[in-house]
Amino acid sequence: MTMSLSDQASPAPGLLAEASGRFVRHRLGMLGALIIGILILVALFGPTLAPYEPDKMHFMSPFSEPTSEFLLGTDDFGRDILSRIMYGARVSLQVGFISVGIAATVGTGLGMIAGYTRRRAIDEAIMRSMDVLLAFPTILLAIAVIAILGKGVTNAMIAIGVVYTPIFARIARGEVLSVKNEEYVQAARALGATDGAILIRHILPNILPPIIVETSLSLSFAILAEAALSFFGLGTQAPDPSWGLMLSESRKFFNNSIWMGIFPGMAIMLTVMGFNFLGDGLRDALDPRMKNVR
Amino acid sequence: MNIRFIIQRLILALFVVLGVTVVVFMIIQLVPGDPARVSLGQQATEENLRARRERLGLDRPLYEQYVSWVSNAIQGDLGKSLITNQPIGPQIMDRLPTTLQLAGLALLIGMAIAFPLGIISALRPGTLIDTVAMFVSQLGVAVPDFWMSILLVLLFSTTLDWLPPSGYTPITENFREWLDHMILPAMTAGFISASIQTRFIRSAMLETLRQNYVTTARAKGLRERVVIIQHSLRNAMITIVTILGLQMTALLSAVVVIEIVFALPGLGSLTLDAVDARDYPLIQATVLVMAVLVTLINLGVDIIYFLIDPRIAQKEY
Repeated sequence: MTMSLSDQASPAPGLLAEASGRFVRHRLGMLGALIIGILILVALFGPTLAPYEPDKMHFMSPFSEPTSEFLLGTDDFGRDILSRIMYGARVSLQVGFISVGIAATVGTGLGMIAGYTRRRAIDEAIMRSMDVLLAFPTILLAIAVIAILGKGVTNAMIAIGVVYTPIFARIARGEVLSVKNEEYVQAARALGATDGAILIRHILPNILPPIIVETSLSLSFAILAEAALSFFGLGTQAPDPSWGLMLSESRKFFNNSIWMGIFPGMAIMLTVMGFNFLGDGLRDALDPRMKNVR
Repeated sequence: MNIRFIIQRLILALFVVLGVTVVVFMIIQLVPGDPARVSLGQQATEENLRARRERLGLDRPLYEQYVSWVSNAIQGDLGKSLITNQPIGPQIMDRLPTTLQLAGLALLIGMAIAFPLGIISALRPGTLIDTVAMFVSQLGVAVPDFWMSILLVLLFSTTLDWLPPSGYTPITENFREWLDHMILPAMTAGFISASIQTRFIRSAMLETLRQNYVTTARAKGLRERVVIIQHSLRNAMITIVTILGLQMTALLSAVVVIEIVFALPGLGSLTLDAVDARDYPLIQATVLVMAVLVTLINLGVDIIYFLIDPRIAQKEY
């Protein structure tokens, strides 16, 4: 019987089925998957599902309470809050996925190099740089990056990406250290595989579970960070609908038009809970050893 | 061995601070285009631009700028604000106490909620109180801090009229008024902090309650209170102290946000004002001070961690 090295490196199908089974039995994880699934559908089909255009002003109905016409009420310009929340889901998810994508790619790459390299100087240089980034309170580092690049949603994504890079680097390095002397890695090396091929084809698939879990948990923090930056006027700029910006705009009218602030806040909270539940479920399913670690 | 461990941690902290100074110094260098033009606007005259470049030290070689900036910072000279032309050092010293007081008060509130809740949850896993505690904890992690601030103001200030919605009185002037202004922001940060702490205290306690020494202590006939406090909690403290240390970084991050919402005169609001005004020396100074503060806290936690459990030094070094 012959088996290629890449076959040996991938997780066995039995393990995947076992993990899927564990995830399906994880009630909170499934609830998280449901919340995020609905959110992704809303983000994808927002323009079809939303009752109105997000910027359409209903001049006759500013500050409308939730009614059958405006299910979640309207804001000071008479814009439908439900429609703005649905379009805002796009912004939140986009910022979340892109910023965490940046952090996961750069952080995992750096962490893998640090863990795999035989040169201690490279490992030290990478990991001490990550320690330096971890020394900044997260939101302050994001604000500092925006101070450099300027306000706006694209720069907010880069800022959040920079903030979460060290976390992925630490996890990836630790995981690489624990698998780099495994037999399948030594076998690949003995067969003449290059370091790059070993890292990508043999090590990466084996360190993915904790990276996937961290991605889900970081998405929740990224969405909170985007909302905070937009709330302070540093992220998404008006009139684009963003949940943080909607909350910021609602502050002046909170006393009399509470719905303007309640619903966007609930949208953020539900999304963050969704990603946290999903992350917990994935962690328990993919790597039961990590249970209660975070 | 003890001193070697502490010296190693000190050297590590020094390296981190050195790295922090490089990152903070680069803030101004990384601004796309000409930082002088960015800070003065497109209408600035060539003469003003030259003066601003000179003022920011941009006309000198990079290493010279860095050495001069760091040596001044070490001596407490953080430069002058581009907007007010006032020295930055005194402004920071003026704002720092508010940030520290808020963080300290929030940590106390967080611990006061998290310790009893975490311990009770661990002692009665799977019961109603455990489920409720874990649900509230999930809620606290997910709630945006700035949103919770607004909701608390709405409840305690607007509706009940118990506390002022914003404003600040220094603790040295009037303690009661200081507390009135600080309690809502501290409750917000404290609740969020408690949510994270509760989960960790619960899992650390669950872990120690399963250990053989706890079974032995119970078998010896010790009272349950002694078993929990002296045997289980004491060992769980190792994990808990680490979490409290990590929490301080997260807490300072929350404090930055909450300060801005409540218009408290701390470092967070100073940073946001500086970003709005593109006052780069002020941005650099506030970010530097906060990062050094976090590094010092982490160093303190490492040392406390070691004092609680000397095995740590043996394990790692």
